Amino acid sequence: MRPILKLIAGVVACGAALAGETIVIRNADVYPVTAPVMKGVAVVIQDGKIAEIGAKVVPPKGARIVDAKGLRVYPGLIDSGTELGLSEVSSTRETVDTGELGEFMPQLRALSAVNPESEHFGVVRVNGITSAMAFPSSGGGGGGRFGGGDRQFISGQAALIHTDGWTWEDMAIERTAAVHLIFPSLGGRGGRGGPVPDSVLEIAPGTAAATGFSAAKRQYDQQLAKVNEFFDQARQYQKERAANAPGFKRDLKLDAMIPVLEGKVPVAVSASRASVIRDAIAFADKQHIRIVILQPHDISKIAAELKAKNIPVVFGRVLALPDQEDDSYDSAFTAPAEAYKAGVKFAFGTFSNEFVRNLPYQAATAVAFGLPYEEALKAITINPAQIWGHGNDLGSVENGKLADLLVTDGDPLEIQTQVKHVFIKGKEVPLVNKQTRLEEKYMSRQ
Amino acid sequence: MKKILFVVSVAVLPAAFAETYVLQNATIMTVAKGTLKGSIVVRDGKIAEVGEKVMVPADAKIIDASNQYIIPGIIDCHSHIAADGGINEGSVSVSSMVDIKDVINPEDIAIYRALAGGVTTANILHGSANSIGGKTLPLKMRWGKDAPGMIFEGATPGIKFALGENPKRAGNPTGRAINAGAQPARYPATRMGVEDVIREAFVEAKAYKAEWDAWEANKTGIPPRKDLKLEALKEVLEGRRYVHAHCYRADEILMLLRVADEFGFKIRTLQHVLEGYKVAKEIAAHGAGASTFSDWWSYKMEAFDAIPYNATIMMRKGVVVSINSDDAEQMRHLNIEAGKAMKYGGATETEALAMVTLNPAKQLGIDNRVGSIEVGKDADLVIYDKFPLSDYAKVQKVLIDGTIYFDRDNEVTGRPLKQAEKQKLIDKEKQNQQRGPQTPPTRRQG
Repeated sequence: MRPILKLIAGVVACGAALAGETIVIRNADVYPVTAPVMKGVAVVIQDGKIAEIGAKVVPPKGARIVDAKGLRVYPGLIDSGTELGLSEVSSTRETVDTGELGEFMPQLRALSAVNPESEHFGVVRVNGITSAMAFPSSGGGGGGRFGGGDRQFISGQAALIHTDGWTWEDMAIERTAAVHLIFPSLGGRGGRGGPVPDSVLEIAPGTAAATGFSAAKRQYDQQLAKVNEFFDQARQYQKERAANAPGFKRDLKLDAMIPVLEGKVPVAVSASRASVIRDAIAFADKQHIRIVILQPHDISKIAAELKAKNIPVVFGRVLALPDQEDDSYDSAFTAPAEAYKAGVKFAFGTFSNEFVRNLPYQAATAVAFGLPYEEALKAITINPAQIWGHGNDLGSVENGKLADLLVTDGDPLEIQTQVKHVFIKGKEVPLVNKQTRLEEKYMSRQ
Repeated sequence: MKKILFVVSVAVLPAAFAETYVLQNATIMTVAKGTLKGSIVVRDGKIAEVGEKVMVPADAKIIDASNQYIIPGIIDCHSHIAADGGINEGSVSVSSMVDIKDVINPEDIAIYRALAGGVTTANILHGSANSIGGKTLPLKMRWGKDAPGMIFEGATPGIKFALGENPKRAGNPTGRAINAGAQPARYPATRMGVEDVIREAFVEAKAYKAEWDAWEANKTGIPPRKDLKLEALKEVLEGRRYVHAHCYRADEILMLLRVADEFGFKIRTLQHVLEGYKVAKEIAAHGAGASTFSDWWSYKMEAFDAIPYNATIMMRKGVVVSINSDDAEQMRHLNIEAGKAMKYGGATETEALAMVTLNPAKQLGIDNRVGSIEVGKDADLVIYDKFPLSDYAKVQKVLIDGTIYFDRDNEVTGRPLKQAEKQKLIDKEKQNQQRGPQTPPTRRQG
């Protein structure tokens, strides 16, 4: 019975997937995120956008009616840190296109390597993730996780994409939503932990020899100087280009830095510990660039400074281990609540394709450990839309915005909740994927 | 650093004796006998009474659990915490002579963190580097006890087997990542070879067993030479040691079941078993349990057909299924992972909860002691503030053998004290540093 129903649903949805279809979702409770809930209203989708929301809607002629009695409408969820479309089987090199060679590679564009046919898209869509940031190297590994490269600083341009579309052009919301900088780090590679914890740095002088601190610090300073030098070079290039100086030669690397220097594109900075984030803030000040911090760890130690400079952050997985052995067991669970209390704007990212579908559940854990519910919901809808420059057309259920919507039977952050419909740019996407197909096939095995 | 950690951890040591408790007015999810609103009497480390109304012993301490939920302690059927150093004796393809019991580290902070996630028992396994790995055993998370004090008394010990990509990796060093370094090959390099390694080992083990059986029959003459490698496999043949087999693909799962049939032993649990849903019928017929992940997939080729419906499909086809962590972080929210069986496969509350309590207990042969809330069983209990299969639920208290080993209130209120202690030690260390070099502090030996 179930497979047949699913098949029909699939056919209907595909048949309905015509551009510009007019759809009315009616009798729904709409949770716009940016405004109070509206009970028992209709949402009109026209030309891929939300045309109207209201209690007394007259369905346009020829509109398809989706009855949502007892159901809820939310904006599509946005994951701010993924490698969607770029990485299929994370341990199999041939299927992974993150992590190019080279130290400074701002000219690389994640977007044009996005494979629309990746099985991951279908898997994350059924849980309501309608758009995502695709990073050229989300883990901050640099140089590629398969080795073969030296320390990387700029991994390329991260794209904001829809999780559905025929081609990467079709999926693109913003080709260059951010340039990704893997900030130098003391000892580690911007990842969790590292050989020189902050607690040791506090006692540094005497332990220096024992921990290799002096050497690590020297290397760190050199790397930071190198990054500054690259930005200075880009600024010089910007001047020469503006002046159309004689003998000016186009350089794709430095070209790619101009939107950053003009403040049009933010730099997404992978920096985990407070001392390094502090340096990243100083760096942004010095270079007059906009930054977003990815995967901060010691948020309580740096939140006030982030707030003072209005620097947003993207938290990595909330369900994560503490950094240090003697940190509280729940230190990663409570970090979003601490950022909220300090007034820091934040979004959530999962930073691994296989966890993207769990984005809303990561947010729920932050709620269990003190984050107000509304803030958790914002951190996977309107906040990322704003952080990545699309607050005007994404992230909430409002007239005129793109019709990225999910229809659920309950709170989307709750694991028990079922997603009933997903719309991306006004097109209903079938809630089937590789995994549901395998389920049907093998459930029916006698 | 070690010293700091040691002092800090003293503050959370539980009382060493079991009190009489009444856990009052909770929603009790017994797993074995439904869910009720009532109370539990805990005496001498055991569950003495469960009911809507209970007799409150005169000496009992009352724990008010109004509006809270109580479940049996969570059992993780696949973990590597509390093992000191490496868990892979991968230098040989059959390492059945080594034992995890010899490397238990009772000071691993992961034990306390698992406890804070409601885990009371964990099956600590050898790694998956070789076809036949080392010996294994379940531990109770009795944080503060020494290594022998953590061992689950009387539990049947196990042995790790491993199929597929991991055991064959060492046979194909050139197939590794670039720059991973050339290493000498170790047989096997294919799934065919993995099957052969296991069959060869059991041919030897059967001959060894026959020698011993012949000698045991009249105990005359010189006894056969003891072979520690074959001794463990002899125990498998005699049903005195459980086989826990790491596996992914349907073909290799079927292979192992048939090899076990050939040599006349049983596979106790298939671990990971991500394609178990494809051969659920055969697994059920063999009588093997299946211990899987909730929704991990795509991290390697053999995990590409993993589906989140795996647990429920196998369950519906008659397999005893548990959901495990294999990870110190995932281990802390197995309740949420069990909740996913409701979302993806439509499991009932009890079916889902059983996957992290009673079912792993059955798989480890300890269901006479733990896994459900029944009179006479060990008082291994977890109190949650909300419905435990929700991602909003937080562990409040954990009891093992009737002793409170985790108490969130105490944990949170104790933090300032711990922080002050830590600061004192840091200050002292700083002073020492300022005084300049002195005789190095003597390290604790042993």
